[in-house]
Amino acid sequence: MTTVIIAIAVLFVLALAFGALLGFADIRFKPEGNPIVDQIDGILPQTQCGQCGHPGCRPYAEAIANGTDPINQCPPGGESTIQALADLLDVEPLPLAAEHGVEKPTSVAVIREDECIGCTKCIQACPIDAILGAAKQMHTVIESECTGCDLCVEPCPVDCIDMVPVEDTLQTWHWEKPNDGYQLIATDKGRITAESVNDSKTEKDSDEGDKAA
Amino acid sequence: MTAQTIKIWDFDGGVHPEENKHQSTGQPIAVANSPEFVVVPLNQHLGSPAKPIVKVGDKVKTGQVIAQADGFVSAPTHASITGIVTEIAEYQVPHASGLTSLCIKIENQGEDEWELLPALDLNSSDEALINRIKEAGLAGLGGAGFPTNIKYLTKDTIETLIINGAECEPYITADDMLMRERAKQVIDGTRIAQKILNAKEVLIGIEDNKPEAIAAIQKAVADSGEQTISVRVIPTKYPSGGEKQLIQILTGKQVPAGGLPSSLGIVCQNVGTVAAVAEAVLEGKPLVSRVVTLTGEALGTQCNLDVRLGTPISNLLQQVKVNQKKLDRLIMGGPMMGFTLPDANLPVIKTTNCILAPTKKELPPGNLFNACIRCGICEQVCPADLLPQQLYWYSKSKNWEQLELNSLSDCIECGACAYVCPSQIPLVQYYRFAKGEIRKEQAEHEKSDNARIRFEARQERLAQEAAEKEAKRKARAEAAAKAKAAKSGAEGSAKPEISDSVKEAIARAKAKKAVTDSASTSNAPALTKEQLEAKWQNAVAKAEKAEARLNDAKENDDPMAVALEKSLAKLKEKALLAKEQLDNFQEPPDKAEPAKVVLTKEQLEAKLKAAQAKLEKTQAKFVEANENNDPMAEALEKSLAKLREKVEAAKAQLDSFNESDSKETQS
Repeated sequence: MTTVIIAIAVLFVLALAFGALLGFADIRFKPEGNPIVDQIDGILPQTQCGQCGHPGCRPYAEAIANGTDPINQCPPGGESTIQALADLLDVEPLPLAAEHGVEKPTSVAVIREDECIGCTKCIQACPIDAILGAAKQMHTVIESECTGCDLCVEPCPVDCIDMVPVEDTLQTWHWEKPNDGYQLIATDKGRITAESVNDSKTEKDSDEGDKAA
Repeated sequence: MTAQTIKIWDFDGGVHPEENKHQSTGQPIAVANSPEFVVVPLNQHLGSPAKPIVKVGDKVKTGQVIAQADGFVSAPTHASITGIVTEIAEYQVPHASGLTSLCIKIENQGEDEWELLPALDLNSSDEALINRIKEAGLAGLGGAGFPTNIKYLTKDTIETLIINGAECEPYITADDMLMRERAKQVIDGTRIAQKILNAKEVLIGIEDNKPEAIAAIQKAVADSGEQTISVRVIPTKYPSGGEKQLIQILTGKQVPAGGLPSSLGIVCQNVGTVAAVAEAVLEGKPLVSRVVTLTGEALGTQCNLDVRLGTPISNLLQQVKVNQKKLDRLIMGGPMMGFTLPDANLPVIKTTNCILAPTKKELPPGNLFNACIRCGICEQVCPADLLPQQLYWYSKSKNWEQLELNSLSDCIECGACAYVCPSQIPLVQYYRFAKGEIRKEQAEHEKSDNARIRFEARQERLAQEAAEKEAKRKARAEAAAKAKAAKSGAEGSAKPEISDSVKEAIARAKAKKAVTDSASTSNAPALTKEQLEAKWQNAVAKAEKAEARLNDAKENDDPMAVALEKSLAKLKEKALLAKEQLDNFQEPPDKAEPAKVVLTKEQLEAKLKAAQAKLEKTQAKFVEANENNDPMAEALEKSLAKLREKVEAAKAQLDSFNESDSKETQS
């Protein structure tokens, strides 16, 4: 009997000790903020465009972390961001919500400088301070910093801001994914001949036929 | 030389494609015909493009700098012929993308005048030599085009200099012919490189399918009397000319993944590059020409030409009598790693080692590729010991994480896997696609991190600005209060205005409460008309204020809006009640009469004064609020108008009182 009591007492003491240790660790090593929010924020494209309905990427990350918003409200991030979020949160990837916009090619804002009247409205609208200028002076966009969020276009009273899609340069260009094999040289660029066009056409046709059926 | 006694290692994998080198080695290197014009791209090297320093219309001499290096990883560009700059514009450049890049077009003037740099020699300082190599615009001529001077600026201690004469890719013989004909230049350049790097030994690796080149180089080494330079004959196997592979063959050491050869104390240079080093140092000649192999069955003569950079490829094809009917396509580089050129008018650049013009029969276009049958041959031939099949699956499914785990970045894109693939899968294109996507994603990630930092910095700045504004506003209000206090203190009242007014307000509220209490308990007509009027006005003002706030809240989508609406309704009710009371009060005028009579002239005057004082105060407040863009300004404006009315009313009362007074006195 005494052994049983001793055993229980020992277990009780151990439980108490480890409980205290855990409790201490919980308080002492409490992570600051919500780490999942940081992770989500790291995936979001940081355009700060507000198309998701939140004032910036971080509030949206918080909304996702709280489960109040789905993961498909970020048009600049597009499919890849949704996929990354789905992987991170272990949820099903959803198609991009149409009411928040569509995925567009990466672009940068360009001010038509001779038309700029120097009103500073775009400067105030830019969420990342990527527009330079002063009152009654010409403004210009720092292209390397611009995230293409569109927010400066609407406030411009003279409509002198264009969103220009970013084109590939020799430094940024890379090979496309091969779609069908028409290469002998392994590194050859996809050369399309009449045959391959026909082939892919018939394939497409049959695909569409399948879908229709 | 006793090649047998020297140990040579081997690398895993590799393939033995048909060499096809003999076709273009039959003739000595000929000088290409002088072109009518050259189009010199400004980024023939890796890194940032050079900056043009000439204008359209300038006359330039051969060897003159026309574009300056821009940044550390960059190289200057020189005029390759004597003539006049006719255009500085975007031209399509020989690149797999088919994109355009800034080029300088020079029209040939006939004569060939050189602008040479002063010649240096082996006794010059390292610094001067490296500087000369940079000035001469040298970039790796083997194919990558890495600015050469940077290799010499390594901080690591270099034990071994490896000169790459393997030239393992089929069809290409430019290095072979160069070693045969300009062996002395190669060795001179090698000695300069050795001197700069302070390398203890130099290994020249040459594949055993180039016996003439081996003999010529061995003779040149013997002639130079240099003991530390040795020629290593290596077995022919593709891709033994890859930098990492050649290092492994010659030294048995493996360059670590993601590392540079210099971390092993090794620097590797192409024979063409060291020959150009010799020219640049000993003759002061910048890099304006190179040896290009022209081969393929569609050509009448297959040979090597010494070509000025920027010469249109079509010029060369003309010179070697191309048969346009037989020509299937044009390839820059070899059949393994080269790429198809979209146009024959593209210029020759520093990295153009070969122009391959095959017939359709010679290099038939591939068939539609089949599914991977998991035969595993690709894995056996991979010189980098990777798993090409796995990389293929992961590239296809865009699984970047797995690709990085499977060391995609160590792939040298040699094409051996695609060469042996029985399903003819364009494996290398998949890898290049995946590498590009990963690079792009990294760049995007960097950019988004940057954007986050900027966004947060901006938020912080805005918050700080707002706080500063608030602090300023407070400071100003305090200063104003102090000034007022000082003023009133001078007038006699010691206590500051604010506390006075607060006290007054409290007293008023207390009185009101007492009044309403008593009113509710005894239906007492204790309220005078003035009091009722004040109550009504107060209620109306409150309701107005509440309404303004509600509108504000609604605009901002504030959740408070609902609560505000409720309180507004209540206030309106109150206002109505007060009005009713007031109206009721007016009915028995007899009772009100004496109250009116009670007011003496002095009292009326006092009232006017008080009203005027209040008006002034409010005006001051209004001006301040306006300055600070305070949302209160509107409310203040309203109350200002009301106060003005009050003052007028008081004045009118006083006037009428005065009149009646005078009447009384008259009567």
